[in-house]
Amino acid sequence: MIRALQTRDLRRQFGAFTAVDGVSLDVEAGARHAIIGPNGAGKTTLINLITGTLRPDGGDVILGGERVTAVAPHARVKRGLARTFQINTLFPRLTVAESVALAIGERRGQGRDWLRPVAARRSVLDEASELLRSLQLDGDAAVTTRELPYGKQRLLEIALALATKPRVLLLDEPAAGVPSGESQQLIETIERLPAEMAILLIEHDMSLVFRFARRITVMVGGRILTEGSPAEVAADARVREVYLGEAQHG
Amino acid sequence: MAAARDVVMPGIARPRWTPLEIVFWLAPIAAYVAFPDRRLLLSQIFIYGLFALSLDLVLGYAGILSLGHAAFFGAGAYTAALLAQHGWTEPLSGLVASGAVSAAFGLVVSLLVVPGSELGRLMVTLGVGLLMFEVANHASSITGGVDGLTDLPIGALLGRIPFGLDGRAACAYGFAILLVVFLLARRLVQSPFGLALRGIRENVRRMPAIGVDVNQRLRIVFAVAAGIAGLAGAALTQTTQLCGIDSLGFQRSAELLIMLVLGGAGRLYGALIGATVFIVAQDSLAGLSPDYWQFWLGAALVALVLIARGGLLGALDALRRRVTRGKR
Repeated sequence: MIRALQTRDLRRQFGAFTAVDGVSLDVEAGARHAIIGPNGAGKTTLINLITGTLRPDGGDVILGGERVTAVAPHARVKRGLARTFQINTLFPRLTVAESVALAIGERRGQGRDWLRPVAARRSVLDEASELLRSLQLDGDAAVTTRELPYGKQRLLEIALALATKPRVLLLDEPAAGVPSGESQQLIETIERLPAEMAILLIEHDMSLVFRFARRITVMVGGRILTEGSPAEVAADARVREVYLGEAQHG
Repeated sequence: MAAARDVVMPGIARPRWTPLEIVFWLAPIAAYVAFPDRRLLLSQIFIYGLFALSLDLVLGYAGILSLGHAAFFGAGAYTAALLAQHGWTEPLSGLVASGAVSAAFGLVVSLLVVPGSELGRLMVTLGVGLLMFEVANHASSITGGVDGLTDLPIGALLGRIPFGLDGRAACAYGFAILLVVFLLARRLVQSPFGLALRGIRENVRRMPAIGVDVNQRLRIVFAVAAGIAGLAGAALTQTTQLCGIDSLGFQRSAELLIMLVLGGAGRLYGALIGATVFIVAQDSLAGLSPDYWQFWLGAALVALVLIARGGLLGALDALRRRVTRGKR
């Protein structure tokens, strides 16, 4: 069976520090897969290697059976790989509607089309409205992104990724910075994502991880410590020691 | 409910002509009638407005700071001059050919400019500008060196209206080119391509993550802008029947940047207003004393950048916001 996403022995060093040290990961189609690990475990570096933002020093990234290690980040998106960012990476002076229309238009290959106005592209705008409605952002379509409340900016992060219609979605700490009282809508949004979409979640919030993930990979020091079902991982003494124990102290 | 039909989707601006815009485009015609002895100056405003429009696409929309934009203006100016000198005197075809040459040159330069950092781009554009100036300076057998090319035989506009000292043909020609290019540029900035340029300016890191090849887009817009700058240069050559080496000079690139910042970048009209204010002020103040003119220009620039970001149009916006807030 072809997996949605695989990494084979991925390695990346920064000077003498090995941030990711031989990580082989399998993400099934439709997976609900989380990566956890203490700070400095190499989770974000791994995401950057998978998306192509960073070049690996060794190993491969395989997307839907195709080796994409040398493929540029934007071309990986075209092959069905999308991501969100831990720190909001949005378009501050575009409206919410413009932002998603931009991403949808690009997916449809209209990005170099310079004659017909965006406002005249009915089907793009219909899709944009639909997407915003599904994330309960339709009331904010006309709001300029930088004036959007933080929690809604986190939703827009996800909306931009969904606009590319990915087969694999990488969520890099989607709840980062959202007060626990306001994270409910975010969690529900993530839980409602299409079942056939493979989701790889990186998250510090353990309640979100255990509520959402059906498979958990634990990273420590750039390597995979263990991988298994939430129950297996929760029962693993080593995991408690290096990660859950530390989280309790923190 | 006409208003409901006007809004295709909240948050997506619908490209409509406002009454203010229509007044804006009627103003040059009024100026043409009202100041018959200033028509040559008016034609210069059209040409520099066109040139500033080109920089606005590159800087205001795509966010590439260019310090050597005169290289493309000059490429167009010299192409038009050399064509005329070698017998191709029909202006419209010469104009189009010059724009094409300049766009092709821009595409080549974009390969050097686009991959760099902000400072790298600044240096590469500056370097290309200096390089072009020295090439024109030394190849004097072709370019006329520091003297430039003069007394160029430029055919009559549409075979009927000769470019004369009264500036009638120059005005009509400059206005027509500016209007056509403006309409196309307006389309471009409202299109998906234009939206993507704004996306690049707003957050270049996000663009690859939604599947955009950023450098490819920047190469395209750089070439398009170079072509427009070439049209402006060619129009200047044709309407004045001469081509000076100053069309390639650093001074020209710097003045262009001032015009755009003065008017307000990233809104097309800022380029036109900046060019108008610059040339009118230069003309009226430089007569008193050239140094004096630069002094006031410098003071105005510093004041605008410090007090009102976004140039004259940005200042107007801020003022309008204040007035409407005061009413509430």
